Amino acid sequence: MEFLPARVDTNRIQPASRKTPVPVAAIETRQISKTFGSGDREVRALDHVSLEIRENEFFTLLGPSGCGKTTLLRLIAGFEAPTSGQLLLYGDDISNEPPYRRSVNTVFQSYALFPHLTVAQNIAFGLEMLGKPKAEISRTVDEMLAMVRMEAMAHRKTSEISGGQQQRVALARALAPHPKVLLLDEPLSALDLKLRKEMQRELKRLQIETGITFVFVTHDQEEALTMSDRIAVMSAGKPLQIGTPREIYDRPANRFVASFIGESNFLSATITAATGDVARVRIGGGIDMEAALPAEAPRSGKVTVAIRPEQVRLVEADAADALPATVTDTVYFGTDTHTHLLLDSGETVVARFQSTLAHSEERANGTRVGVQFWEGSVQVLRETA
Amino acid sequence: MTDTTAPRPRRKAFSVRTMPGFSSIAIVCFLALYAPIVVIVVYSFNSGNSIALWEGLSLKWYATAWQNDAVQEATIRSVIIAAFASVISTVVATMAALGTTHGGDFRGRTVIYLLINQPLMVPEIVTAVALLIFFSMIRIATGYSGLAYLIAAHAAFCVPFAYLPIRARLEGMDTMLELAAADLYATPWRAFRRVTLPLMAPGIVAGAMLAFVISLDDVIITEFVKAAGQDTLPTYMLGQLRRAITPEVNAISTILLAITVILLTLFFILTRKRSPKA
Repeated sequence: MEFLPARVDTNRIQPASRKTPVPVAAIETRQISKTFGSGDREVRALDHVSLEIRENEFFTLLGPSGCGKTTLLRLIAGFEAPTSGQLLLYGDDISNEPPYRRSVNTVFQSYALFPHLTVAQNIAFGLEMLGKPKAEISRTVDEMLAMVRMEAMAHRKTSEISGGQQQRVALARALAPHPKVLLLDEPLSALDLKLRKEMQRELKRLQIETGITFVFVTHDQEEALTMSDRIAVMSAGKPLQIGTPREIYDRPANRFVASFIGESNFLSATITAATGDVARVRIGGGIDMEAALPAEAPRSGKVTVAIRPEQVRLVEADAADALPATVTDTVYFGTDTHTHLLLDSGETVVARFQSTLAHSEERANGTRVGVQFWEGSVQVLRETA
Repeated sequence: MTDTTAPRPRRKAFSVRTMPGFSSIAIVCFLALYAPIVVIVVYSFNSGNSIALWEGLSLKWYATAWQNDAVQEATIRSVIIAAFASVISTVVATMAALGTTHGGDFRGRTVIYLLINQPLMVPEIVTAVALLIFFSMIRIATGYSGLAYLIAAHAAFCVPFAYLPIRARLEGMDTMLELAAADLYATPWRAFRRVTLPLMAPGIVAGAMLAFVISLDDVIITEFVKAAGQDTLPTYMLGQLRRAITPEVNAISTILLAITVILLTLFFILTRKRSPKA
């Protein structure tokens, strides 16, 4: 495929204005695998990954280190070639295109700003490589400087600005050529907590303002939940669940997702009836409740259900429709308190209560209580018990 | 971190500076190193004919050296050889440094390191004899007896000196920068031209200067390889010492020293500034 700067230019306007009935995915991976090394030392970083990233979407790849999220990002950027499978950018197969022929830019974890260039020269770099006219370059650089509020620093060396400012320059540099997709490789991990919160909002604002598809890699679940339109939770080279933050948090499909994002109680249960995506389950041998039933989950027999700690309610020990339990421990976290409970069935449950001065859910260790779960909070997992 | 305000008595951390006799040994060492050089420099301004008896301040010997045709010729020859040798060795060293730091992990890299740095380890006299025999074979075969032999010999032993600072510079460079350039639509050549080369430039200049200085004051290999009438400044001085020692040699030495000190100072200024962390 011949690469011409002009082609990038025309195509970059197309996606935003194109009103096709069937939307083309910004990025589509088809059965992509990536292995490193060979023989005994072969490591499979990505295992037949097929996913679609939609246009104008803030898409997050979330997972622990070694789950393949960064490898997938490097594949999209073109720094690695897939071992097998196809990578499509707006329908074009770019699996074997070098990085400099992809209308995709990256914000590196280490920023990778050019130390011999000024802030403005860094931002201009991509535009110069595309052969844009001088006037357009200087106009775009000014726009970008204004967008990340770095006008005053335009002529500083990158070593003379703070980490947060470097971060913003790295963003401006990657956004300046107006790529079809912007890749962000844990860009906030080097910032302190306060700055990180600020940059999270800033990133979201830039994504909406520019209308560029963002693919964001992080291991921080909170970051993923607050910024993303959709999240792919990855483990061992595979996306385990793809969905909106709410779907991921409220309706985790399996144990890994349920425990990696937030905390969860896992209890054994038996499905007594199943219709569509709702199941009737008997939990802990004591209470019957309705539970969300994901696709591919077993529709009868023994299963595991996940319940968030904040969905646990404590009632009188002898209340009907409650699981009898004993308080074993109480841990104070400031904004909330965790009460650890031992069910009479032998399973453990953690309940989370918001701390309020007016009202305390704290109970002494050894107190007998009844455990209930709020309606709609029970989620059947794909794995059988 | 050591807390000096801690009330409990703590043993001082071990430091050679607190050892008895440290400073006196240091002074003796520095005297042994620099006293002879100071004497040479001082006596180069002697107005008398002796290099041992001080007779008065004068620039006479500098003038004598300046007007000496043999010194002039030898100086020009030295500079020509050093210039060619440093350029050739720096180009070779730059390519070698790029290959060994940016060429990925390849088998036999340690062997390559050893081969590049071989001139630092093989006794110079061995190289000199080997070159003498090798070049005389070529001389007989071709009949050519120009400066090219000296330039080739100097270029060869200057390579490791040029290589070390360039490699150090490249190793300190963030490899992400080249990826970033490629990500921003720079073809491999343009990424090299716009990012790698400017960042390694101080290393290249430092390497070239080091090679120049090393070439400028080489005696052993030059003495073996040079044809009749191809004296460089150091071999000319060596020849002078065999006859009558005059303060003219002091004056030439002082000038060589000054050039070396200036170049080495520039070298340290260039290598001191590490590439800032991106």
